Order: sequence, then structure tokens, then C-alpha cells
Amino acid sequence: MNVTINVNGKDIADTIRPDELLIDFLRSHGCPSVKRGCETSNCGACTVHMDGKAVLSCGILAARCEGHQITTLEGLQEEAKEIGGFIADQGGEQCGFCSPGLIMACIAMFRENPHPADEEIREYLSGNLCRCSGYQSQMRGIRNYIAYREKKNG
Amino acid sequence: MGDYIENADRLRYVNHSFRKIDAEQLITGKPVYTQDIAPAGCLQIKLLRSPYANAIIEEIDTSAAMKVPGVEAVFTFHDVDQNMPRFTEAGQTYPEPSPRDRLVLDRHMRHVGDIAGIVAADTVQNAEKAMKLIRVKYEVLEPVLDFHTALDNKVIVHPEENWEALSDVGADRKRNLCAHDACGEGDIEQALAQSDVVVDRVYHTKAVHQMYMEPLNAFCTKDAFGRLVIVSSTQIVFHVRRNVATALGIPSSKIRVIKPRIGGGFGAKQTSVCEVYPAFVTWKTGKPSQIVYTREECITAGSNRHEMEMHVRLGGMKDGTIKAIDLYTLSNTGAYGEHGPTTVGLSGHKSIPLYHTKVWRFCSDVVYTNYPSAGAYRGYGAPQGLFAVESAVNEFSHRIGRDPVDVRLMNITEEGEVMPAYYGQINTSSRLRECLLHTARMADWKERYPSWKVTGDDGVTRVHSLGLSLAMQGSAINNVDVGSATLKLEEGGSYTLLLGCADMGTGADTILSQIAAEVLECPMEKISVCGADTDLSPYDSGSYASSTTYLTGRAVMRAAKELRTNIIRIGAQLIGRPEKDCDFDGTKVYHAAPAESGTYTDEEVSLFDIAAKSTGGNNIPVVVTATNSSEISPPPYMAGIAELETDLETGESRCVNYYATVDCGTPVSPALARVQAEGGILQGIGMSLYEDINYSKDGSMVESSALQYKVPARPDIGNIHVDFAPSDEKSGPYGAKSIGEVVIDTPPAACADALYNACGAYFRTLPARAEDIAMAAAGCGEP
Repeated sequence: MNVTINVNGKDIADTIRPDELLIDFLRSHGCPSVKRGCETSNCGACTVHMDGKAVLSCGILAARCEGHQITTLEGLQEEAKEIGGFIADQGGEQCGFCSPGLIMACIAMFRENPHPADEEIREYLSGNLCRCSGYQSQMRGIRNYIAYREKKNG
Repeated sequence: MGDYIENADRLRYVNHSFRKIDAEQLITGKPVYTQDIAPAGCLQIKLLRSPYANAIIEEIDTSAAMKVPGVEAVFTFHDVDQNMPRFTEAGQTYPEPSPRDRLVLDRHMRHVGDIAGIVAADTVQNAEKAMKLIRVKYEVLEPVLDFHTALDNKVIVHPEENWEALSDVGADRKRNLCAHDACGEGDIEQALAQSDVVVDRVYHTKAVHQMYMEPLNAFCTKDAFGRLVIVSSTQIVFHVRRNVATALGIPSSKIRVIKPRIGGGFGAKQTSVCEVYPAFVTWKTGKPSQIVYTREECITAGSNRHEMEMHVRLGGMKDGTIKAIDLYTLSNTGAYGEHGPTTVGLSGHKSIPLYHTKVWRFCSDVVYTNYPSAGAYRGYGAPQGLFAVESAVNEFSHRIGRDPVDVRLMNITEEGEVMPAYYGQINTSSRLRECLLHTARMADWKERYPSWKVTGDDGVTRVHSLGLSLAMQGSAINNVDVGSATLKLEEGGSYTLLLGCADMGTGADTILSQIAAEVLECPMEKISVCGADTDLSPYDSGSYASSTTYLTGRAVMRAAKELRTNIIRIGAQLIGRPEKDCDFDGTKVYHAAPAESGTYTDEEVSLFDIAAKSTGGNNIPVVVTATNSSEISPPPYMAGIAELETDLETGESRCVNYYATVDCGTPVSPALARVQAEGGILQGIGMSLYEDINYSKDGSMVESSALQYKVPARPDIGNIHVDFAPSDEKSGPYGAKSIGEVVIDTPPAACADALYNACGAYFRTLPARAEDIAMAAAGCGEP
């Protein structure tokens, strides 16, 4: 079947299988940041934005994205460097495999809640598993980013 | 607590924290992992897996499968000589201690998920479609599914004659025995009989999964010379080369193995679980091929931790003196022996030597069963053994009514002591006593131990409780592991560092660059890291056994020192001064004779010019390789205290605070060492409270997906507080020991004791799940 999906601001028209998942569509169309860590929508590594909201691209059929705006980390490189930089300053990206999904979730979180408390951060990002870091360094990085942003915005 | 590091104030790169040199590529999601760089058009491989735990393939019909459009090949045991030499997937130095007990395709299925066929097709979908059309007739045999009855069972997991043990590890396949060992000192029975108190308990840990985020995967192509080029998410490029060569029965010179960035390993990628399949397909078809394990395959047929049962008898006096420790470990290696003979050793040799008891005994059996093969997981066998021995020390403290901190202070091994149960090695560096005292202070132990009640905002009263554990590990396998580094001065005055170890996300490439930068006095940006690649990298055992910082780090240091000397030699020639009168400051070689000689001049030559000279009319090498092995394996030490918050009605228990102090010698990067500690501690907490592996009666795994296999998520952990008490290990680079593994070791015994202090029941099987805790708290018997 044929679909047209807007990915990072550009319309991509292609023929897909009816059961093709969004993650596979994105990875085969120039978005290698989208990672598969499981097949059961548990790890969060494939998090992307659909019309600005964080979704798991392994749990959505590509066919359902016709006419929707999909954003991946490829479309948010400056934000990735900025937020990810604070995490990297703590060594919290470690192997980096979960980083794109985590940063996509962070960006979505800050849009919904610019000043999240620690418990809100843990809750919002609870679907983004990381096996390397124990989460502490990522939390330090996110807190430092919030402090930086609050200082920058007065 | 960094006061012990020699010359700490003079170090500019070591003992400082830098962003990882690959950070920007990782955080912006660039294509740097194996799957991201696989060429388009690879044949996609799917593996047909046995539904039976023990069966012989009577007939296998691939004719229908071959008719599926896009299918290139279907391979079965008919395509592999069943009498050829067997291989092991374990990544170990030759001759591997793990028995060679596998064929690429075997007629005998030894566990649910064992591989009956290999399908290669143009797409994953077509490969899966073909896989479903393979008709197999199995002769189903009785399996061995209770590891207590495996030894001398009438069912033999490996009846075949071409099973081979290259090393003497006490194996006897006819008895289902993968390995056996017994050692000790003194009369154990007499010492136990003379003890005031004997703690006699059995502890049990399960086959937990590493859950590296990047699934096992590899692809294979052929190069211009017809050699196989395997690109894989692996910790062990050189061992993969040997394992695949043995599996295919081809010379290792026909194989090149490359590792790009790795999405976590934790030991799982110290076993060449998946590489042999694309290698086999590409060797047979001549076409590039790729395999990506599903998470289900990773969990059910990856290489999980060895399930172990440990029987401890610990004898001590009422004053707290530990007189004797007797440990028997029974380890379940599953259907194949990967890391079976070696993991079990750590259960005793990394637990008993914490204490300077004169009398000890450690016996072990590793048995074959019809479960999936176990493998390497961070800590190897130490988390299992430390759970048992440290729990026994806690139980001993309770029995005699003494504080577990005080009991340990009376008994721990000190620097300078010989450690008989640690192969007779001398304790060359230890601040374990400070680790213990400092951690107790961090946790406010004296005031708060053992437990107290807290009523939350939700009106529910929960118990907070503390539990303690010590830990030790090693730093590389002494007299076996080899770390190497090649360092090149490049035109323009930059450097390339070629490595054969594997940065699996830990930051190894970064800290090894820091060590080179320290010696060469140059900014980190001037050093490019390349590796690992069996064609380019100097030989390195790989990244496992807590070896990289300690072993490869010292190789980098040596290579950098030698290159520095050669840079000075070239510089001295250029300014026409004796080499001994010249020095190098990272940017230039200058005439620096001692002041008393009075011959100082301002002559100097820049590194740029020295590098230029190295490319024209030069006979002094600016490519140097250094290799390092160690006669000792100095243990890092650690103390950990868990503070659990437990709802006794629901059994829900959460680690709200974890306190830890680590003696890893000099932390080369304090930030990255801290993340190692935090990450390892949470993995240990996962093993203690959440991560469970159970099997159905037919031998298939119940928790076979990320949905069922519960690793800690962000809300599951409160705060992990880590401090360092660095000793100065003279045999390590700038005083460094290892950190990668010791950090996973303390949570099991610490959590078990905290749970005892919360509900009065002792958890001797992990994980202690909420339902187990609730039942124990309700007084429904021993957990």
C-alpha cells in the first residue's frame, strides 16, 4: 500500500507492507536514531514524536501515520546537543543506545511541563529504560539542564 | 576522599572527568552501531528453534521453505559434518576453559530454543515465512530439568564423542559434569566443630538476563580477498575470530572481526552467540548476510547468568571472630558450557578472601542440564558467591547479637596480608576498612540500623530498613589476559590510538585517551581512537574480567612513554643536542640540560616539525606497540548499604537510598567511575528484587520478553550515593584498579539483610519478589 508520511518536515511517499511498523519505516528512511531494544513496547528506545507527542514507534503501524507529522531526533539535532550535552557531562549517555529515545521523551516532557520535579521526571521518563547508568547521572544532567534553562530565561 | 592518589595535584588528564569522546555522536543519534552500518541488500537470517528441551531430529524437510520467494538458502544439520571438531561460543583465551561442545547445526537439540535450522532470505518477513514451512520430525527425549539431579543422571546432555575439553577443569561429560574443583586449607570439620556458632544455609540465585539495550546482532561480508568480514556488537573481536574459525572449520586467517559502537554488553557480548550464523551463511552463499536477535531470543537463547546454589557453613565465636568458611557451589551451565568452568570459581575466590579466616574450603560442581546455555554477566560468579557468603556473615551477626559492621571490622583482610583463598595473592592495595566505615557514616548506620517506620503522604506506614554487604572482584585474569595498545604519531602532530579492547559504552576509549594524553601532555582532541578490528588492532583479550582500565590502561601508558621517548630522539636530532639533554612538553622538544651543566640554550623544535620529519628521512619509529599482562589481579573493594522502604501488607519494597564506597584505586575518570558504580548497583538491585527467570515444566522460559522480564525503571530506584576511597595500586596505571564488575556485587546480600530487618524473614533465594515479601511478613513460613 502507498502512504505519505511527514517526517521531520518533509513528506515521504512510499509503498509499505500493511503490517509495517513505524520504527521500520523510519529506520529505512534516513532515521537511524530510532532504536529497537525490544518488540513489546517496553524499552522506550524507539520513542519519536507524533504531532508533537511522544509515542513508541514500535507500537504504531506506519499506515496509521498517513497525514501525521512525525519527528525523530534527526529533526531535533540542536535540542539533542543541548539536553544531551548536560547528560553527557555526567557520563550519563554511556552506551548511547537509549539516548535518542530518552532525549525525545525529555523534549516532549519539557513541552508539557517546563519545570518538572524529580518525581515527575522519574514518572514521565519511566518508560525509557537504561541498563548502563542506574538513572542517577541522567537525573543530574536533566536537573542541570533545567537550572541552566531557568537561568537563561531569567 | 582522593587524598591517597600519588601526585594527584600534578595529573592533568587522569583523575579528571571529561565528556566521553563519542558523546556527541551518541546523543544526536548518529548511525554508529552495527545495525546502522550494515550494507543494504544483506540476506536476512532467521533461526529455527527447537520446541523441545531434549530431542533428536529424525527428519527435516526444507523443500516447501525453499519455494518461498526471496529465500536464498535453508541450512540444516545435513550441511554440517556431525563428526567435525566442536567449538565453544565463550570468549576466552586459548585453550578455552569452556568445553568445545557445539556444532553450528547439530542433530541433537539440547534446550528449548536450540537451533535446528538457518534460513537466509531477502527480507526478514520471507525468512520467517520460510522458517514456518520447515517440517521437522523430532524424537523427543527425556530432559534433565532439575540441576540438583543432573550429576550422574541417566540422561546425558552430551553423549557425543567429539565433545572436547581443551583445559583440565575436572569435566566428565558422561556424568553431565562441565567442571569440578575442590580446594581449601585447614581442617574444616574440626574448625566448625570448635566454633560457638555455625550458620549452615543454602542460598540460590537465578539465570538473570543482562538486558543490554542493543540486541545481539552482527553482519558479514566478504572482502576483496575473499575473506569473511564480520561486524558485530562484541566485547571480544579476537576470540570471535577463533570461535567462528573453529565452528566453520576454516583458518582464522580467513576472518576479520570489527566492532563498532556497542549498545551495552555487561558480559553477554563476551560470548559469540550470534556471529557464527552470518559467517556460515556468507561463507556458504558468498553473499552478505545479517542477523538481529529479537529480545525474546536474547533472553531465552542469549547467555544469561549461571544459576547457582550455594551451601555455606560459616563457623564463628560469640565475640564475632569468624573461624571457618565452607562453601559448596552447584552451578547450572545449561545445555552448553560457555563460561561454566570459570564463573563458578569466582563464587568462592571472590567472597571467602574478604575475611582472614585461616580455615576454609571451597568445592564446586558445574552441571549440564537441558536449559539454555548460561554465559558471562558482570561479576561473573562473584555476585552469586557474595550473596551467599555475605548473607551468612549477616546471619552470623544476628545469631550472636553483634552489629554486622563491627563483625566485619574484626575479620576483613587488610593490605599486605596473604589471601589464601585468592590463589595465595598478597593484598597489594585495600581501603576496604575505610569503605566500610565511610559507608556506615553515609547511611547514618549507628542511628538508624536496623529499621524504623515512616508514614507517607498517602497515610500508609512503611518500614525503612538497612542491610550491608562487602564485595571484592579482580582486575583482569592474572597471567592470562593481555592488553595492548598501538600509538602512532601522525603528520601534523596528532596521534592515533589503536585498541583491541572494546568500549561497550563504559567510556573505555575515553579513559584510555586520558592516559595517553597524560603521558604525551596533549589535549584529548589530539588523540583519535581506532578499534577494535582484528586486522588493525594489536592483540587484546577483549573487555571482560574487569581488565580494560587496569591492563590495557597500562599498555597505553607504556606505548605513550615509548613514543614520547622517540619523539624526543627525533627532536634532539633536529636541534643537534644529545637526547639526554632534551625534553618534551607536549608541543615541542626543547634543550633542557640540568642547570648545573650550564649548557642550556633556547633551542627547540615543534611537534609539527617532528611529525613532518617522521615522514621524510627518518629511521626512528613513531608507531609503537606495548603489551601488558599482569602476574597479579588486585581486587577492587566496596561496601554497600541498601535502605529499603517496604510495605509489609503488599510486600512492595523499593530501594529509596543506596550508599556505597568503592576502592577502585585511582578513578581515571571520576565521573565515569561514578556512573559505573551507579549502573552496577541498580543492576544488582534488579537481581535482588525484580529480575526473575522461571521455566515451564517443558523447559521453556516463562519471562521471555521485556514485558515479563522486569528490569528496574526510573521510579524503582531512589538515590544512589557513591563515594570513593582510592588506594594506590602500584601495578595499575596511575594507581588504578578495576571498577566494572565489583559494583554489581553488594546489593544482593545488602537487600536480603534489609528485608530481614524489615520483616524478620531471611530471603535466601533471589529475587525477593513483592508477593514473597508479603507472604513472609504475614508469617506464612520461610521465603
